[in-house]
Amino acid sequence: MSKRVMTVDDSATVRQVLNMTLKGAGYEVLQAVDGVDALAKLSNESVDMLVTDLNMPNMDGIALIKEVRKNPGNRFMPIIMLTTESQPEKKQEGKSAGASGWIVKPFKPEQLLAVVRMVCPV
Amino acid sequence: MSSLIETFKDEALELLQELEAALLELEESPQDLAPIDRVFRALHTLKGSGGLAGFESVAGFCHEAETVFELVRSGERQVDQDLVSLTLSAQDHIKGMILAEFGGEPVGEDLTAELVAAFQSLQPFHSSEVEQLSSSAETQSEQQSTYRIRFRPNPGLFRQGVQPQFLLSELARLGESLVVAQFDAVPALDELDPEECWIYWDVLLTTAEDEDTIRDVFIFVEDDCELIVQKIDEGGQLDQTEDYKRLGEILVERGDLTREDLEKYLKGKKLLGETLVQEGAVNDGKVQSALVEQERIQALRRERKSHDVLESIRVKSDRLDKLINLVGEMVTVQARLSQLANNRVDADLLSVAEEVERLIWDLRDQVLTIRMLPISGTFTRFKRLVRDLGTELEKDVVLITEGGETELDKSVIDQLNDPLVHLVRNSIGHGIESPGVRQAIGKPGKGRITLSAKHSGAHVVLTVVDDGAGLDVEKIRAKAIEKGLINAQAELTDREIYALIFEPGFSTVETVSNVSGRGVGMDVVRRAIDALRGTIEVRSEAGQGTTFSLKLPLTLAIIDGLLIDIASVHYVLPLSAVEECIELSRADAEQSHGRNLVKVRGEIVPYVRLRDEFKIKGQCPEIEQVVIANLEGLRVGFVVDHVVGEHQTVIKNLGRMYQDIEGVSGATILGDGRVALILDLPQLAEKAEDEERRNNR
Repeated sequence: MSKRVMTVDDSATVRQVLNMTLKGAGYEVLQAVDGVDALAKLSNESVDMLVTDLNMPNMDGIALIKEVRKNPGNRFMPIIMLTTESQPEKKQEGKSAGASGWIVKPFKPEQLLAVVRMVCPV
Repeated sequence: MSSLIETFKDEALELLQELEAALLELEESPQDLAPIDRVFRALHTLKGSGGLAGFESVAGFCHEAETVFELVRSGERQVDQDLVSLTLSAQDHIKGMILAEFGGEPVGEDLTAELVAAFQSLQPFHSSEVEQLSSSAETQSEQQSTYRIRFRPNPGLFRQGVQPQFLLSELARLGESLVVAQFDAVPALDELDPEECWIYWDVLLTTAEDEDTIRDVFIFVEDDCELIVQKIDEGGQLDQTEDYKRLGEILVERGDLTREDLEKYLKGKKLLGETLVQEGAVNDGKVQSALVEQERIQALRRERKSHDVLESIRVKSDRLDKLINLVGEMVTVQARLSQLANNRVDADLLSVAEEVERLIWDLRDQVLTIRMLPISGTFTRFKRLVRDLGTELEKDVVLITEGGETELDKSVIDQLNDPLVHLVRNSIGHGIESPGVRQAIGKPGKGRITLSAKHSGAHVVLTVVDDGAGLDVEKIRAKAIEKGLINAQAELTDREIYALIFEPGFSTVETVSNVSGRGVGMDVVRRAIDALRGTIEVRSEAGQGTTFSLKLPLTLAIIDGLLIDIASVHYVLPLSAVEECIELSRADAEQSHGRNLVKVRGEIVPYVRLRDEFKIKGQCPEIEQVVIANLEGLRVGFVVDHVVGEHQTVIKNLGRMYQDIEGVSGATILGDGRVALILDLPQLAEKAEDEERRNNR
């Protein structure tokens, strides 16, 4: 069975890039548009990994990571956050919230895959 | 599924609509946080998506606007009409940029540059002057430091999803990096677990970033690795030799070799590197890495040295002065040319005149920047002064300087030294309390004086801030009454009382030469600042300290002026002080019953009739103009016959005979050869105020 990745980003463009890249590499992709949407979907579905943007309406990435980590079943799930170069301080914040790593936007598809494959092999 | 750029286009157009809506809402209620957040998010998302979809230019453009709104979000900048308008134009422009990719009209590069510059000017340390500075290679190499980094992950690193090469490439983004991999810990092949990481890395990074930023790269792995970051070379050190440490020293510093071993092996006759490897004291990889460091730093220093030689030449300052004078003459002649061309209906002549005008303005700007010097030289001298004065007056004071890279015209800097010495001296003498007193009232025993400089439009603002006792309003008041400067009954605001310390006669010592005396007259300071066409302002809070702000023009030679006329004679007002011009009809003037007050959008503003002030005979026009000027926060109107327009004003001295005339700071030559006087607005306002006070007595 293929691994499931949830991608959370309010930008349709970013979602499409994530979707194309991950599907092309054999992952099943579940999409959410913000933190609230992601939590709602996670309550019915289980995923093997989460890739989330930080700056989003309704619920931002940091809050989402904290919420996800509250569920004991998600304690060891890899969570990768997408940051921009202009927010280095977010890395520390994300780490304390429970993120396992980060990718700087804009990224190349192969960079994304290298990280995802490492923490969550197909 | 639609193509990525189609998705981006749809998303972007939606975001732009959202951006516009939020901006319009923001215009209605500039204090509201919700629309500010929406604007920021729209720009942020556009930037991120644009970058991913291959619209780098859109991403770069959005970044500038985003940076400004980040400041707004954090409360460091206010929203005003201009920012909203600018961002609305930016929104149209982004739309144009995107649609251009789908067959729309291409957007003008000039407009892009213009908008980017407008946003940058709203970002701190991004005034165009500073921008130019930081882009020059010389300053960059000055600010860059080189770090030696050893990153040795625990073998289990891979299992946590960390890819060391990404960390290394992120390091590489910070500057120029040289990576040497170390293999000595890698086990033999049959013992090697391929899921373990046994390689470690030495990186030499030359960057303008600080150590914390470098450590931040390793945030997620800091607990699972050994990380050493050491600064080994700093830019900006002049007179530095090209030589760098010797191989042995580097290895000892890195902890790869003990000092005793070094001594031992140095006794050998062969090259140290070879000996060390042969004897097995240090492995080959580490020696290579140290050699790379040695070579790199030597190359950097060589480059920096040749740079210094190439990038600057020494020129006698009087040659520069001559050059400035010549440019001044040219600006004058050009004004005449433009006027002639305008009078003759000759399109060819006009276009040549316009071209010449553009070139001369460029030339003027370039020549003026040649004379610009960073103020850091002056600041450095104060460190010593503060130390010596502190000892002399038995006060414990530390001097902090900020913005030393800010540039000012050499002549301004030269004339600034004395007033600054006065101010710093006063702060130590009268402001900062003795350590005992400070501790008794719960302040840190060490007093602080901060000297800072920053750009603000066509001005540089210098501030001298102390955290001492602050000005004593009652004491100043009592002294002013005693000296007959004010009436005992006079009701003055704190601000007006502070301003009294600059009055002549307030202090007892009045000569400039008495720099080292105590209780130096602050009027001397003000006179010096006035002479520089600057202004000085004081703010103070009892027990918290005092702030002196000096606002100075960037240059003294040429200013932007507003040309006006009274009875067909032209005068120039410094444009930097002018806020707006309004009309004054005879009926308006009569309404105020001779009190010389005019209502400007609900605010009552006093005005000075220049026609009366200069005792010019004849009838004033039916409708006169009032030029509203902002003089140190106070609005004052100046009534003139007509406002002619902006004028590039080359300042000429009036000569010794007329240098003390009140209200006139110089003269200039107009395009038609006539002379126009440059008016000193603060002096005129003060004179009028004095006269009124006398009349009321």
